Amino acid sequence: MIINVARKELKSVFASPMGWVILSLLMFAFGTQYLNGVNDYFAVMSGAMRPAERTGVTQFVGQSVYGLASFIMLFAVPLLSMRLIAEERRSQTLPFLFSAPISLTEIVVGKFLGLVGFLSILIIFIAAMLSTLNIWSDIDFGFIVANSIGLLLMVASFSALGLYFSSLTQQPVVAAILTFVALFALMMFDRFFAGDPNNILANLSLTRHFQTFSGGLIDTADIAYFILFTVTFLTLTVRRLDADRLRG
Amino acid sequence: MNNFTVEAIELTRVYGGREAVSNVSFTLSKGEVLGFLGPNGAGKSTTMKMLTGNLAPSHGSVKICGIDMIENPKEAKALIGYLPEMRPLYKELTVDEYLIMAARLHRVSAKHIKSAVETAKERCGLGHMSKRLIENLSNGYQQRVGIAQAIIHRPMVVILDEPTVGLDPIQIRDIRALIREVGGEHSVIISTHILPEVEMVCDHVQIIDKGKLVFNGAIDVLKKQRVGNKLLISMHNPPAADAMLNIAGVTEAESLPGGLIRVRFAENATPAEAIVQAAVHHGWGLYQIAPDQTSLEDVFMQLTYQEQVAEEQPAA
Repeated sequence: MIINVARKELKSVFASPMGWVILSLLMFAFGTQYLNGVNDYFAVMSGAMRPAERTGVTQFVGQSVYGLASFIMLFAVPLLSMRLIAEERRSQTLPFLFSAPISLTEIVVGKFLGLVGFLSILIIFIAAMLSTLNIWSDIDFGFIVANSIGLLLMVASFSALGLYFSSLTQQPVVAAILTFVALFALMMFDRFFAGDPNNILANLSLTRHFQTFSGGLIDTADIAYFILFTVTFLTLTVRRLDADRLRG
Repeated sequence: MNNFTVEAIELTRVYGGREAVSNVSFTLSKGEVLGFLGPNGAGKSTTMKMLTGNLAPSHGSVKICGIDMIENPKEAKALIGYLPEMRPLYKELTVDEYLIMAARLHRVSAKHIKSAVETAKERCGLGHMSKRLIENLSNGYQQRVGIAQAIIHRPMVVILDEPTVGLDPIQIRDIRALIREVGGEHSVIISTHILPEVEMVCDHVQIIDKGKLVFNGAIDVLKKQRVGNKLLISMHNPPAADAMLNIAGVTEAESLPGGLIRVRFAENATPAEAIVQAAVHHGWGLYQIAPDQTSLEDVFMQLTYQEQVAEEQPAA
């Protein structure tokens, strides 16, 4: 049943031009960044004389593309997640799901997977684009895999947070703004503790946990952080919808 | 094991200290159409939301075919088709896309989805609308899509909240015919505030006012109450009401302004002829005699008004 809810979400994203427009615009941005990265690589590396200054092409191009991707998702996810529940609430379509034989958890997880499924199209495209470097050089696939997993986990966390804010309001725009502000704060959090990098609070920052993946390292502690983050907000969303049923 | 499809047991819903619905109990058997009547804000929609599991009751419980809505919501919801007051349509989808989605969410198996969608479309007269976007359909057709969505999985109980609101007379007639047809094999609950509609499509009527059930019974009972054993007599020179009581069969007489007398007679008596004879004999100037039918509106007013008076009296 979760799959059916997810399918419904994907269908409504692609029923309007919005889904296609977002996919193509974002891919255009990543493609440009990729092209610039390759050009810059030649410019920078021809100037780098000492071996210590030289880095691999995967890391050089990959870091700039994935860096941009994580930044753009900060804007893209709130715009996509805002409709998930707020829009249904506004157009009063939620009873359609509530009176179907599916549990609230299935509805929430289905909606979440629908959004993450849509965004993982982008993640797959980025990975495929970077893999084309392999045609003329020998690239480090492990780096791409680590970054893809990192980006996927981060996007999932963004989506869970966006879904929760979407369940709080009837106005999609309010949900988008709240999500954006919350995500931005979480991304910037570790900057406030720049002087004291070991502060416990700095560990709450999403950027800090993405950094290990962007270096090509898969750390279970960071995976656990993202999964906990996601599960927390999905649970809160289920509770919020349950409160609707109880309080009306 | 009784064969009630819907059992509502002492349903109560409190909103911020005020009881929107209080102590509503009723049962519905297979193949019956139940009409839910009541003025605006009486608690019709709230009751329906509780029946379909969209709202948790503060007290009481709902059983669908013996399955408790609170304990086994999934199993119970699978037996219900619900069309809320605001049609839950995804307007960016086409009719087919929407109905396929509805069938999937209501656990119609993959093999049967296509035939289920076709049947639902055919029953609701949507055959030629398959590829149209719901957004572009007229109000009446959108309503049909809403009903199609509610019957697509052949549920035991179909619950329709004000299904004929905002439709033109022809569409209303079609939808009533559809409700009757659906009522043949499923149980149907409809809410409305159009009284003749209830008489046309329902077997059972419930009148709810201020969250309380004020009438619950077969439509025949309501009709009987409506027709009653009453005659309305118009005369130019009306006698005193007591004079009427001398006529055989008359049990009660009441003078009304304008030379009218309302006469109540015993069951199985036919005093009309005797009254006419008496009128001619005494020169009362009879010019009209007719059975006195209380309109359904009056019955409805009486029932909801009685409640009001009863509430006010202890206060006074």
